[in-house]
Amino acid sequence: MSSADHTHSEDAIAVSVYVPSPFRRLTGNRSLVKAHGKDVAELLEDLERQFPGFRSLVFNDENEVPAHINIYVNNREISTLEGMATPLRDGDQVAVIPALAGGEGDSERPARSPWALTEQQVLRYSRHIIMPQVGSVGQRKLMEARVLVLGAGGLGSPAALYLGLAGVGTLGILDFDAVDLSNLQRQILHRTEDVGRPKVESARETIAAHNPEVRVVPHNVALTSENALDIISQYDIVVNGMDNFPARYLTNDACVFLKKPLVDGSVLLFDGQATVYLPGKGCYRCLYPTPPPPGLVPSCADAGVLGALPGVIGCIQAIETIKLILGAGESLSGRLLLFDALSMEWRTVRIRRDPECVVCGEHPTVTELVDYEEFCGFPGGSHAAAGLPAGSQL
Amino acid sequence: MAVEVHLTSVLQRLVGAKSVMSEGATVGELLANLDAAYPGFRDQITGEDGQLHRFVNIYLNDEDIRYLDALDTALQDGDVVSILPALAGGA
Repeated sequence: MSSADHTHSEDAIAVSVYVPSPFRRLTGNRSLVKAHGKDVAELLEDLERQFPGFRSLVFNDENEVPAHINIYVNNREISTLEGMATPLRDGDQVAVIPALAGGEGDSERPARSPWALTEQQVLRYSRHIIMPQVGSVGQRKLMEARVLVLGAGGLGSPAALYLGLAGVGTLGILDFDAVDLSNLQRQILHRTEDVGRPKVESARETIAAHNPEVRVVPHNVALTSENALDIISQYDIVVNGMDNFPARYLTNDACVFLKKPLVDGSVLLFDGQATVYLPGKGCYRCLYPTPPPPGLVPSCADAGVLGALPGVIGCIQAIETIKLILGAGESLSGRLLLFDALSMEWRTVRIRRDPECVVCGEHPTVTELVDYEEFCGFPGGSHAAAGLPAGSQL
Repeated sequence: MAVEVHLTSVLQRLVGAKSVMSEGATVGELLANLDAAYPGFRDQITGEDGQLHRFVNIYLNDEDIRYLDALDTALQDGDVVSILPALAGGA
């Protein structure tokens, strides 16, 4: 150690290096190691110093990196940067990725590097990995992502299911409710035999049956101003499938305070809406500063909803979540997507951050979670939330 | 000015259609005309002070009229006005 340390000055550039499984016998089975260097060439020298034999695994006899090994700096392959001279900065993430050797007669199997994915994972996610917008690096991001789905109902069901199929590594599901027969017209996480069971339990079983690699974290509670910050802080992105205004304002405020992206969706009758609220770029309160008085806007339980409609909007929420994890494309941030199932028309309207917003504006007056039942005009405290007409069984 | 008005949920049920043609030189005039044709329409959108409810947004084409001239926003022939109250359904 000490001799290695002597080779670096105090301000040597330190990066983390992802070591692929075939190389880990050199690193004491560690997948992530720290190393130093002002560029990739120096970094490889340092890795060789720390882990003798590393260099010979990366370079061939001609002292070149063979085509089946790719080196990434912050998810960009160095041949698209400056090759071995690609400069490094403190905190950069470097990955050394050998491509899988050989196939199993599956012509659709992607030839690109697998980021230490197992053979089963490469097959399971092959339709993702084959796309340059995802690739093995993007698939690894999905597998390391932590997403919280609020509500295991009409929107939460398709959103959570598709996120699970996509391999999102940690999927929190929050719902305090039990499965009701009237849910089954649209809530595809639950089945007839699940009636009466907690929704988070049938959700976990369904997702596990589809993709056992996903870690499903059940939260069999109502989201309240007491637990919201604690629960949401455990995740990277929040998907909103809540069915009442108090829960939507609570979710919004908690996400603003914790700077978490909120992927929002809502449905009623034949209408659906979706958008994304990114930290610092506006929130639900910018769009709707106050809720309607109770009873003015009907719930799905009062007015009805076409069963397949939340399927459409929930899938859009899953897509937007996956795009945020991958950093791909343009999100719905700044746009409200409107879907009319009767006319089959899609439109978007512009939405923006309101500098006067009481939560995310220049001079916020709401700086902690409040009593949302009262704010939304409902009598009583949080206990009343469970009995709201617009509450549980939408 | 003749404009097309897109409606959702409660307003749709009040009017009995997803969109109607109406007219007005401004959004305020348009709402007055709609209220004359469909009594009770305006109460769904504005409060006793005559201002828009904060849970209802009106868009002229794709822009929120709060960022234009609010109820005084001028209309042109062929404009599309959308009236969108907050929607909470998670189904």
